[in-house]
Amino acid sequence: MSKRLSNWFRYASPQTFYPLAGRMIPWFWALAAVFGVAGLTIGFLLAPTDAQQGEGYRIIFLHVPASWMSMFIYLVMAFWAGTGLAFNTRLSGMMASALAPTGALFAFLSLWTGALWGKPMWGTWWVWDARLTSELILLFLYIGFIALQAAIDDPRRADKAGAVLALVGVVNIPIIYFSVKWWNTLHQGASVSLTKAPSMAALMLWGMLLCALACWMYSIAVALMRVRMIMLERERHTDWVRQLLAERS
Amino acid sequence: MHWKSFADFLAMGQHGLYVWGSLLVMALLMLAEPLRLVNGRKTLIARLQRQIRAEQAEAGRNGAAATSTHEDAS
Repeated sequence: MSKRLSNWFRYASPQTFYPLAGRMIPWFWALAAVFGVAGLTIGFLLAPTDAQQGEGYRIIFLHVPASWMSMFIYLVMAFWAGTGLAFNTRLSGMMASALAPTGALFAFLSLWTGALWGKPMWGTWWVWDARLTSELILLFLYIGFIALQAAIDDPRRADKAGAVLALVGVVNIPIIYFSVKWWNTLHQGASVSLTKAPSMAALMLWGMLLCALACWMYSIAVALMRVRMIMLERERHTDWVRQLLAERS
Repeated sequence: MHWKSFADFLAMGQHGLYVWGSLLVMALLMLAEPLRLVNGRKTLIARLQRQIRAEQAEAGRNGAAATSTHEDAS
């Protein structure tokens, strides 16, 4: 095994990852604050009015980042769950469990900001169309994952059961993403896509990207905080946790 | 600066309720989650320390009476 690869495996052990995560958390918080302030300043103070939607369009600076994160966190969670299932690594299951509540939070915020955007623009808080319904299913998948894991006492078995659910649920992510193309929905098409130039003003785009980056940094910081707690709880019988707890008292 | 006045900013072109309703809930939840984690971490550490002390006390009672090697960590 090459030296570099073995270094990576070293960080896959909770004992070495725990202090590393602790050192990284403040940096991710700082980045989240910087990107958040910059993004909200551009989005709420500097960006021009939208020609069609007036000032109400500014919800985009909250709604799009929340929706992106809700989908992306699910993919990362499913990736860790799958890795844990395939290689039986301890850290993978912990990472998946640490991500789920934050993913659920963003799925809820996506629906909440979406409803508050839908009311003035479409005249309704909610419609059962493809985009909205599949995002609601995403929220239920997160809640199902959390509930399933909470219902099983043995953490290794909880990881396995959760992983199967997470992997089956992945099919929902492309459905959400492409729903605005595949079906006629009330929801507007993608604001930003990889295949064509963005259809929005540069300032709007920057505001949205900075807000999205802030949500990224936030998610990493919060997930690291949570994974450290999961590590303490699950590894409480090991020497390193005992030593750590003794030092803190 | 895009806005003429602060009132103009608050009104958000008659969409104030929706825009501020979105921002407020998002900000509150994104503050509540990390605060809960900070609190939860303290509670968790205290609980684990209690458990360890209880185990050590148990072991001390069961083991040979005299030679308790570990000091009480408190």
